[in-house]
Amino acid sequence: MLEIKNITKIYDNTVLALNNVSFTVPRGQFLAVVGLSGSGKSTLLRCINRLIEPTSGQIILEGIDVTAAQPDELRRIRRRIGMIFQHFNLVLRSPVINNVLAGRLGYTNPAWSLLNRFSKGDMEMALKQLDRVGIKDKAHVRADELSGGQQQRVGIARALMQEPSIMLADEPVASLDPVLAHSIMQYLEQLRDEGITVICSLHFLDLVQRYADRAIALKDGNLVFDGSPSEIDDKRFKEIYGEEAQRIG
Amino acid sequence: MKKSSPSFIRILGRIALVVAIIIIYAFGLQVTKVDLEKPQEAKRQEQLTNILRGLAHPDLVEYEIDRVIIDTPILVPCDGPAPPVAPAEPGPVISLSTNCAAPGEKIIVSGSGFEAGEDVYIYFVPFAQNADSEIELKLANSAVEVGDGGSFAKEVTLKRDRISEQVQTVRAVVNRQLGSPAPSTGLKETWNKIVETVFLAFIATTLGVIFAVPVSFLAARNLMLEVTSNFTRFMASLAVMPVGAWLGYSIFKGLADYGAQFVGAKPAGEAFLWALLPLVGLASVQVTAQTGNAALKAVRRWLVSGLVVAVAVIGFSMLGQLGRVAGLEWKQTLGDWSFFGNLVLIFSDVIVLGLPALGAFIGLFMLNPVINRILEPLLPKLSPAVGKVLAVGFAVLAGAVLFGVVAAALNWFYEFGNLSDVVAVPAVIGAVAFAGLAVAFDPHRPIPTGMFVYYVIRTIMNTFRSIEPLVMVVAFAVWVGIGPFAGVMALGLHTIVALGKLYSEQVENIAAGPIEAVTATGANRLQTIVYAVIPQIVPPYIAFTLYRWDINVRMSTIIGFGGGGGIGFLLSQNINLLKYRQASVNMIAIAIVVASLDYLSAKVREKIT
Repeated sequence: MLEIKNITKIYDNTVLALNNVSFTVPRGQFLAVVGLSGSGKSTLLRCINRLIEPTSGQIILEGIDVTAAQPDELRRIRRRIGMIFQHFNLVLRSPVINNVLAGRLGYTNPAWSLLNRFSKGDMEMALKQLDRVGIKDKAHVRADELSGGQQQRVGIARALMQEPSIMLADEPVASLDPVLAHSIMQYLEQLRDEGITVICSLHFLDLVQRYADRAIALKDGNLVFDGSPSEIDDKRFKEIYGEEAQRIG
Repeated sequence: MKKSSPSFIRILGRIALVVAIIIIYAFGLQVTKVDLEKPQEAKRQEQLTNILRGLAHPDLVEYEIDRVIIDTPILVPCDGPAPPVAPAEPGPVISLSTNCAAPGEKIIVSGSGFEAGEDVYIYFVPFAQNADSEIELKLANSAVEVGDGGSFAKEVTLKRDRISEQVQTVRAVVNRQLGSPAPSTGLKETWNKIVETVFLAFIATTLGVIFAVPVSFLAARNLMLEVTSNFTRFMASLAVMPVGAWLGYSIFKGLADYGAQFVGAKPAGEAFLWALLPLVGLASVQVTAQTGNAALKAVRRWLVSGLVVAVAVIGFSMLGQLGRVAGLEWKQTLGDWSFFGNLVLIFSDVIVLGLPALGAFIGLFMLNPVINRILEPLLPKLSPAVGKVLAVGFAVLAGAVLFGVVAAALNWFYEFGNLSDVVAVPAVIGAVAFAGLAVAFDPHRPIPTGMFVYYVIRTIMNTFRSIEPLVMVVAFAVWVGIGPFAGVMALGLHTIVALGKLYSEQVENIAAGPIEAVTATGANRLQTIVYAVIPQIVPPYIAFTLYRWDINVRMSTIIGFGGGGGIGFLLSQNINLLKYRQASVNMIAIAIVVASLDYLSAKVREKIT
């Protein structure tokens, strides 16, 4: 279970990105986060694993206070939180297998990993994860030779190497065409079915309504909606996205 | 009237501007001593012509010279019968208008049987007891050119002061080139020095890269921005870092000296036994402490690590000392392979000198994380009052240490007086000032430690970068002597700071996404750098290294002017000795090397990026 309690983030003492946001995610839920660009979705996701330091508030993951964790403990917590990104964030010049193995760094002996040595088990696991996302044959190809959809699969494989209990996905399909988008979303759906909590920010409401168990909406850093995706009707939509917004997709 | 007044002011302003420009240029031309009269002077033009002609005739090849000598007797003064002239032999001969002349008399020297166009030098050889004490005095200032028929005639004036009752000699000398051309001495020297130059640049670049890479990470804003601390921990770090450096230095020095005494002084067997002792200790600690609680395990880990380091230091110290002995020996005895002995000697010296430095470095950066590791979880738990006391305590220490170190450094430069006296007062002032800071600030106030380091390193780099290697080399030439080593050090130092800056800008330009992604997996900072930063910076680092190597080759060709060895040293010598033909060879060689390396590095850079 993930508890977000009164999280506030103020950038540079001036920009209010998140305003006192609270919600709870039970284990194994697929939670969609919607809202306009700049509404605080990315900030919220990054506050959960403290890639961004919240200004105030508390985040409690399975009883452990993430916000109070010291660096060593924070690293151990981060191992359990997978993350995939809109722009995939792969090291483009490295082979795919190295990108995937990077997901294992939190578990490996730092000294060995600095020399680029991973255990046999880790290697097998990396190939297994690549197999799972269907690109095992690309293991030794440089990441920049892959298409966007393939790169996002590498991103997923990397996150899975962490054996996460929770998966954060920051607009994972915003850079992909609709066909690829569904294939990526299906992987996330599978994870949810395996009991991994998925928190995914999304632009397209039809994706939200098709995959998410629950949706929350942010507007200017405020939580303006929390409920079932099917509850987002035209009226709610205009509340979230503003009066001029038109539904697409 | 109202309308014309602004335009009048504008005109006045323009006139003032023109006057100002004229004055600025007048002054500029005055101080730079521009003088168009000088280049027109005939004497200067002649000198320039000589230089340019010398440069246009590079001294590339030389021939074996056959010095053909033709003598004819002369009696000066003419106090007796003219000496008999030997009958003409085949080949060149000379004859005088008279073989018996007064001192200072003008005589005509005529020659025949020479080769058309060759140069004949005419000398007067005074009477000498034996051939060894013979000297040749020029009778004609320049060589006489032989005419088409193989003959010449030249009027010369006999020396007034070379008089003797004995028969003296008038000598004609022709230098004839024999055989095929061979590389001149100047060319051979140039080749040797060019090799020296290229390697000078190579070693300097290597040295620079080794140090510039780690420095570049510390000077990269995007990496350092995230390194933050709080007031108490920052003060603790400030206080602890010099202490750590000193401790590390002392411990490593002590261990190294301990190891060093066995080499040479005591039999090797005994030394080996002594070296085994810590190993035995290590093993016993391992065996006896298999069980125990966490604290005991931690203690054991520290003990074992400490022992391993100690054994390593002692071992390396012995190795270094042994290497020095062996290297010195091999340098003398290996003949053609003596460079290998030299290599062993250099590496051994690096070990011997490097061990205490390494200790200082480890101490500098090890004690700090240890303190931080203790303080980090501890601080949030402390009551505000205890936290404040701790902050003040560390601040007092930090202030005292910081001001003391600065005072000691200044004392070294300006020699104010006795070290302990000089340091005491600033240390107290620092302690008081920092205690004030600690009282004023919240102990948890975040401090951007990373940016602090960033600015310190950037300042140092910018300062040293503004000093040209040609200036640095003067200081190094004083320290290690004139020669390529001084050049290596000057170029190496400049390479560190210049490359450090270029590298760090590459780090600042990398994509942030992968860093974010790898951090999110729970990797620590070092792992993040290795997996997300380094793969991105390898190509630009190689490109900039080649670029710098290019610059270093160019710099190394002139570093000799400042005493840094290489071709520049030869060139400056040749110019000072007015040997323009040799200087010309040097310049051609420089041009070839610089141009070809320019081309090469451009090609390689094209390939990798």
